[in-house]
Amino acid sequence: MTVQETLTTFTRILRDLLLDDSIVLTMDTRRDDIPSWDSFNYINFIVAVEIEFGVKFKIADIESFDNVGAIVTATTKMLTSD
Amino acid sequence: MQITTPHSPMMSWLPIAPDFRGDLRTALDSTEPVYCLENLAALAAYRLGFLETVQLDRAYGRSDLKQAPGFLPMRLAVLASSTVDHLLPAIRVAGLRRRLLIDVQSGGYGQYRQDLLDPTSALHQFAPQAVLFSLTAKEAISAIPLTATAAEVEETIAGLIEELRSFWRKAREICSGVILQQTFLDVTEPLFGSFDRFVPGAPARVVARLNDRLCEAAAQDGVLLLDVARASERDGIDAWFEAGRWLQGKLEIAPQAAPVYGDMVARILAAQRGLSKKCLVLDLDNTLWGGVIGDDGIEGIVLGEGSAAGEAHLALQHYAKRLKERGVILAVCSKNDPGIAEAVFHDHPEMVLRRSDIAAFLANWDDKAKNLKAIATRLNIGIDSLVFVDDNPVERARVRQSLPMVAVPELPEDAAQYVRCLADAGYFEAVSFTLEDRDRAQQYAENAERDALLESAQSMDEFLRGLKMSVRFGPFTAVDQPRVVQLINKTNQFNTTTRRYTSEEIAILTNLHSALTLQFRLLDRIGDNGLVSAMILRPTPEDEDVLEIENWVMSCRVFGRQLEHEAMNIAVEAARQRGARALVAEYIATSKNNVISALYSSLGFAAVNQTVSTSGATRWFLDLADYVTHYTHIVRAGVAG
Repeated sequence: MTVQETLTTFTRILRDLLLDDSIVLTMDTRRDDIPSWDSFNYINFIVAVEIEFGVKFKIADIESFDNVGAIVTATTKMLTSD
Repeated sequence: MQITTPHSPMMSWLPIAPDFRGDLRTALDSTEPVYCLENLAALAAYRLGFLETVQLDRAYGRSDLKQAPGFLPMRLAVLASSTVDHLLPAIRVAGLRRRLLIDVQSGGYGQYRQDLLDPTSALHQFAPQAVLFSLTAKEAISAIPLTATAAEVEETIAGLIEELRSFWRKAREICSGVILQQTFLDVTEPLFGSFDRFVPGAPARVVARLNDRLCEAAAQDGVLLLDVARASERDGIDAWFEAGRWLQGKLEIAPQAAPVYGDMVARILAAQRGLSKKCLVLDLDNTLWGGVIGDDGIEGIVLGEGSAAGEAHLALQHYAKRLKERGVILAVCSKNDPGIAEAVFHDHPEMVLRRSDIAAFLANWDDKAKNLKAIATRLNIGIDSLVFVDDNPVERARVRQSLPMVAVPELPEDAAQYVRCLADAGYFEAVSFTLEDRDRAQQYAENAERDALLESAQSMDEFLRGLKMSVRFGPFTAVDQPRVVQLINKTNQFNTTTRRYTSEEIAILTNLHSALTLQFRLLDRIGDNGLVSAMILRPTPEDEDVLEIENWVMSCRVFGRQLEHEAMNIAVEAARQRGARALVAEYIATSKNNVISALYSSLGFAAVNQTVSTSGATRWFLDLADYVTHYTHIVRAGVAG
């Protein structure tokens, strides 16, 4: 899965979660950029990504994500490494 | 290496939505809020994961409806010592699934002590109709050192339980309805290994002991349990608890478990309102046995010991029989020749269910939806009280389509999983288990006998005379209290005001001098129908010589037996003895109690102020001086016991 494909899936997940089809995520998007993306919905998003991709983020990683790009990178790494 | 997400508990009994995203957006596009709500309730009947549940709840939140026709609103407060925000959407969605509009309020985690004590807190303002305590075992574990003796452990736990009981008492002061206590989730790790069980202070032992004592205290105090401990044992602790989420945000219940958690809460709230299912309707071929009786014959069907598949079908029969023992009515709905189908119940040596276990047996070639309606009519229960179990996906889809109020579990393909699926669905969630429940199956069998008698009688009058009915009656008693509470809260048809009462409220009424309470037990030559009617009267605030019938309920089992007439005769006499001069009554129409819309006029009451209020209530008046005693075929057998 390419970075762009992962980003597209992330966008769909967040649109579904917040019921807002105007959301477009880029690698640089930060949580503050999306008005209703609060800490509660951040956990919801992480859970949704884990379910969708069948991955599990490390607790330390979740704390250190500071933009969407970091989450995409961590996801891609888990999907490609064996 | 890919790390897989833990197994999550799934609502496997619900069908998968064909197009959740599309349907949700269609619902949201609707400009009519009530129509939107109906669409959302329909979507809630599908198998939803965590993400879908959050979405549905967000859409529901946008509709901003606190009440709607055909939905029952209620207020639930969740008092928690861990984060529960992620559970609230699931509770609301599970409410929608049962047509309950649950307004959920939760304070900050760990705030519940202050919230309970502070009369100005948001909790007090909210005036909840149900309170759920969701607490972790951490406090108990940290209070008990590993070296504690058994006696020390008991003492500490006793203290914690006493504190809990004081919370329950506090909660009762602000909550008119049910108090729910979540059992403690065991998220501990083994310390000694299997030897943990011998060490009183070992965390796992502490949690087990805490749950034991909690259950005893809750039973004594009339508090209901939300047994997540049991659910996590069934699904595995990894399905319910994730260490990462606890560390991240103090979530004790894992988000993936939220949909099932919400459903468990809603099914208890629904059960408390008398909305649990009452009747299990079973298909026959490939459900109760393997194979098709019409093709394979009685020797050819797969059933019973000696074949694994045969034992799987037998397991479903055993489970159904157990359900019958706890008061669930059994029925059969099958496309079959009736003679051939019934013969299996009489003649197959491995059959656990016998013909006499089945209260309504419909085997024919008609549409199943039509037969399900006939079953509900024959048993005199609501069609929404039925659960229909059928292995055939086409039949299931058809029934769901034409009768969405009937619960139709999405039975797995493997017969070995049938029982688990049916049990997980929690259709028959109970909040009590009374003598009445134990006898119900017998009473339905006796009713079949009465029906036969009615068919052979020349007239209704001859039938009623032939029954040789008698009534035992008297004020509410402590011994009958559980049944009275159950009767009032489960009865939907003959229920004049649909006011519900908790055990405590009934206990208070029982001892309240000013209140006049009456309970009625109907007997006849075929058997004891049990305690089937209850009436609550109180003096009106304006005039204490006028008694108001605050509520009056009667079991549908005894409709058409003149008991309402005899009960009113008795009530009038009791009211006169107290020196009352009149009775007033209210009839509040609901979607289910239309059967008694003419009750009070038929009993001689006059309508007060003919305009029907917006709530669908009408008021009625009876001057006791004008009351003409109704003639019935029921004799007085004395005081009820």
